[in-house]
Amino acid sequence: MAETRALRALGLIVLVALLALPAVAHFAKDPAWISLVTRMLIYAIAAVSLDLILGYGGLACFGHAAFYGLGGYTVAILFHHARSSEVLWGLIPGSTQFLVTVPAAMLVGGVVAAAIGALSLRTAGVQFLMITLAFAQMLFFLFSSIATYGGNDGMTVRRRNEMPGLDLRDDTVFYYLVLALLLLALWAGRRLVRSRFGMVIGGIRQNERRMAAIGIDTYRYKLAAFVIAGMGGALAGALMVNHARFVSPDMMHWTKSGEFMVMVILGGAASLIGPVLGAVTLVGLEDLLGQIPKWGEHRMFAIGAILVLVVLFGKGGLWGWIARRLSRGGDG
Amino acid sequence: MAEPLLRAIDLVKAFGGLMATDHLSLDVGEGEVHALIGPNGAGKTTIVGQLVGELRPDSGRIEFAGEDLGALSPPARLLRGLARTFQISQLLLDDTAADNVALAVQARAGHSFRFWRDARADPRLRDEARRHLVDVGLGAVADRRAADLSHGQHKQLELAVALASRPRLLLLDEPMAGLGPTETQAMIGLLAGLKGRVTMLLIEHDMEAVFALADLVTVLASGRLIASGPPARIRDDPLVRDAYLGDGDA
Repeated sequence: MAETRALRALGLIVLVALLALPAVAHFAKDPAWISLVTRMLIYAIAAVSLDLILGYGGLACFGHAAFYGLGGYTVAILFHHARSSEVLWGLIPGSTQFLVTVPAAMLVGGVVAAAIGALSLRTAGVQFLMITLAFAQMLFFLFSSIATYGGNDGMTVRRRNEMPGLDLRDDTVFYYLVLALLLLALWAGRRLVRSRFGMVIGGIRQNERRMAAIGIDTYRYKLAAFVIAGMGGALAGALMVNHARFVSPDMMHWTKSGEFMVMVILGGAASLIGPVLGAVTLVGLEDLLGQIPKWGEHRMFAIGAILVLVVLFGKGGLWGWIARRLSRGGDG
Repeated sequence: MAEPLLRAIDLVKAFGGLMATDHLSLDVGEGEVHALIGPNGAGKTTIVGQLVGELRPDSGRIEFAGEDLGALSPPARLLRGLARTFQISQLLLDDTAADNVALAVQARAGHSFRFWRDARADPRLRDEARRHLVDVGLGAVADRRAADLSHGQHKQLELAVALASRPRLLLLDEPMAGLGPTETQAMIGLLAGLKGRVTMLLIEHDMEAVFALADLVTVLASGRLIASGPPARIRDDPLVRDAYLGDGDA
């Protein structure tokens, strides 16, 4: 579908609104908005990275929270060791520098994704879904059992990481940093899915047998996509721990993996922008319904009902619906 | 005499008690069109599976250009020059016809670990893809989604994708299946145009096509080779008539 003028205009309006949000929130004396939208944008990064394998590659990965949690724990553990001045495994000193901890988180996410992917990508379909789920649950129980890092309860990270020239403790500055990283992820993702590599990934989703018949060893490409997605998930986790100043095994729980999948499918798989929409909608709905007295308990029921409707009636998720509306005037 | 391009030597493949391939040997010489025919259930699909590497023979071996293909995977065999078309089209239906062919061009060009440049804007891929589409008569629908093309066009697109791999041997798995009379004539014309440029192993039901195109015909029945020779001789072979051609509906 060609991008119409209406879609471009909508994108511009949303971007301006996001840029203006902190000023508006301060003016309305409701700075909690900044924190809420920061959370939405961080989840959006996780969902966009999952979209690469789930949406474009057609691989039902039910363990994305593993990478999200690993990214979070990398930041928290490096912080812990920087504070206590103990050297991790006698090798790795702690750090509180954003430019060290976040790349480290992505590296950890990528390496673990390579290991998990190398084994699980030998399977497909429901088996792949179960194996990725099992690996994520293994990591969940592993981190639940490490008392040094808070076990079940998790641990607080008393201060956000530091970055030269930017005061990340300021919620507005941190918000803009997250927004910039999401835009960067979307831009890189767009290049990626349109590249030769992206064409191969899309081909694997549509017909893996065809790809083998034209000489493509699909396993290597799926693994590379899995690693890139794992790094994206870890980036989101690293940002979330900085934002919330707290890490716990819940970040790796299977329900979190499920939420990421819901974001992708609700928003519209294989579109990059859809998962952003899905993340914003899901976090927004949870927040909204949570505020209604007595409803808070049942909010997941309402969200479930909405998801059923979108899957049944909205081909291509929320984004598919919007794109169809807006392009009707453009190219018929 | 020159070494044949493809040699299948004493292939055996059984599924449970069923002998799908029963001690079959087959040579395809460079530049030749070799047709493999036989009634349904004769084991043609099983042979294709073994040649392209989707199935492993129980015994026997397959040599291509003098090399034992052994346990090589389908992609590895493709890269050595053994391309195939599918009886039931295996296309990327969400993508355009041009995308389908361009991917095969891209795969032939080496690895696809190129993450940044827009593949659809790469003239090295697009120009060649378009040439192959024009060659099979799909130049006018290059930018249509594969899902929106007709069954006959899918068959033509299958051929264009296979040609984009620049194969030494083209394994055609029932390229006429499901085609109407006009489309069949068009496909015969296309393949006749390729004759001499590409070696072909043609698995086909359509006798008209087989006798129009083939230099050599091998007849299978129940996994076994029952006759092999030039088309004229096969046509008159009483054994073949009995097993296959005599039914009248072939």
